[in-house]
Amino acid sequence: MKVEQISVFLENKAGRLAEVSSILAEAGVNIRALSLADTSDFGVLRLIVNDNKKAEESLKSHGFTVGKTDVVAVEVEDKPGGLHKILDLLYKKGINVEYMYAFVQPSGNNAVMIFRFDHLDEAVKILEENGVTVINGSKVYTL
Amino acid sequence: MIYDMEFETLPREALEAIQLRRLQATLDRVYATVPFYRNRFKEAGIMPGDIKSLKDLKLIPFTTKQDLRDNYPFGMFAVPMDNVVRIHASSGTTGQATVVGYTARDINTWAELMARALVAGGASRGDIIHNAYGYGLFTGGLGVHYGAEKLGASVIPVSGGNTKRQIVLMKDFKPTILTSTPSYALHLAEAAEEMGISFHDLNFKFGIFGAEPWSENMRLEIERKLHLTAVDIYGLSEVIGPGVSIECHEAKNGLHIFEDHFIPEIIDPATEEVLPYGQTGELVFTSITKEAFPVIRYRTRDVTSLHPEPCKCGRTMIRMKKVSGRTDDMLIIRGVNVFPSQIESVLMEINEIEPYYQLVLDREGNLDTLTVLVEVGERLFSDEVKRLQELERKIAKNIKEYLGVSADVKLVEPKAIARSEGKAVRVVDKRKI
Repeated sequence: MKVEQISVFLENKAGRLAEVSSILAEAGVNIRALSLADTSDFGVLRLIVNDNKKAEESLKSHGFTVGKTDVVAVEVEDKPGGLHKILDLLYKKGINVEYMYAFVQPSGNNAVMIFRFDHLDEAVKILEENGVTVINGSKVYTL
Repeated sequence: MIYDMEFETLPREALEAIQLRRLQATLDRVYATVPFYRNRFKEAGIMPGDIKSLKDLKLIPFTTKQDLRDNYPFGMFAVPMDNVVRIHASSGTTGQATVVGYTARDINTWAELMARALVAGGASRGDIIHNAYGYGLFTGGLGVHYGAEKLGASVIPVSGGNTKRQIVLMKDFKPTILTSTPSYALHLAEAAEEMGISFHDLNFKFGIFGAEPWSENMRLEIERKLHLTAVDIYGLSEVIGPGVSIECHEAKNGLHIFEDHFIPEIIDPATEEVLPYGQTGELVFTSITKEAFPVIRYRTRDVTSLHPEPCKCGRTMIRMKKVSGRTDDMLIIRGVNVFPSQIESVLMEINEIEPYYQLVLDREGNLDTLTVLVEVGERLFSDEVKRLQELERKIAKNIKEYLGVSADVKLVEPKAIARSEGKAVRVVDKRKI
């Protein structure tokens, strides 16, 4: 049920993002979703791609620091209150969302959100028990 | 095991009484026999008789490496050449060589101290010692050799080099103790691997490594690759050679200084004031039993601190921390002495490995600023920004706490810090003074 996300450490200076996108393009890696968190000095780029191994190897060979984290892809009803329903469910059970971002492609009629939880397994259990669809990794990479 | 139970476990008061008596005798002798010391003492307006307690030692002027060079080759000898049985010299790669001499009694003292050191490092009579320190003008090889024979162990005087043959001898002779520089130990490990020989199949139990600074990280690597317990030995030819201080294998936490022969002090290298126990500064030695080449308050330029707390091995001799750098590297930031190696220790404590870092000094108005750049490798990295920010804050806080200076910590990408021959450039000083 988990999705593997890769993250890249970037200094906050011109051209660094373009460098990453060019390396991934050259390696033939398709970016499925991404988010960038930044401070005044540095940023962390998080990516869901179609080929983690290739992405990681090509970035590392260009000297980038690459991390891997398990995240969860969740189907969210594409209507008002859709996201709130999920967040409310987790909040009431004391699960903390470290960060989240949206997926480009929908899954059927639903939107897809990527979540990073402090307690991943527990979060997945709660979501599934409450009828929320958690999409497995292999499907996410090819959505 | 302790080689010299009587002296190595002396109670403090008894030790200090011996130190004072020996110090006074040494001062009398150098005043009478070495013109350099006599002139220095006169310039400072003191006589050997003015030294009435160990505290008075601080009245005596320092001796530096330059003083030894100025008196090249034999000007600092305190006995006639008739009585000198051995001469050693430092390599002189950073200037003129320094020359030291030994009487027959000095050689015996040195052997006794090296025997103590070998035992502290895990050796005993029944051991076979593979001595890969260089033999020759350098004190390492012969120092260990005489100590091993004094102890009654079997010594293989293999010296440095010819690495493949060394590995064959290790396989055939089954030595149990390795003595070499730490970098040569790692070189041996690589060579053995290339020859398809594993240190796990050899018989080594302990390794006694020294003659160059090495980190805790390197200790872990050596212990893993060579399958032995690694201890640090310290010495310098000006003081006697290897065997000035040694880590005990029981604690591996600081090197016991043989204080019945050498009096250590830690000074602030800038103000030359004596610092209390625990504070980091320059190590200074006064020899109190040597005949041919006594040194009085000799500035080693090595950076460490002294710790008098009792040790679990039972030795009462004070411990010095592993040498962490040279005074030549010292920076003065807003009036505070900072050694790059101290920042390295702070980073090590947080990360357990040595990250690449760089200190950037600048001046805003009249105030020095310190920026510490730290490369983010995989161990430091997190996908959560708040953890990276916490890391920056923690490094800054620990630097402030341990060193007393405020630093701005910036995380940077790998390889962002300039390298020179594979080593990171540690300090960039942009201050115009």
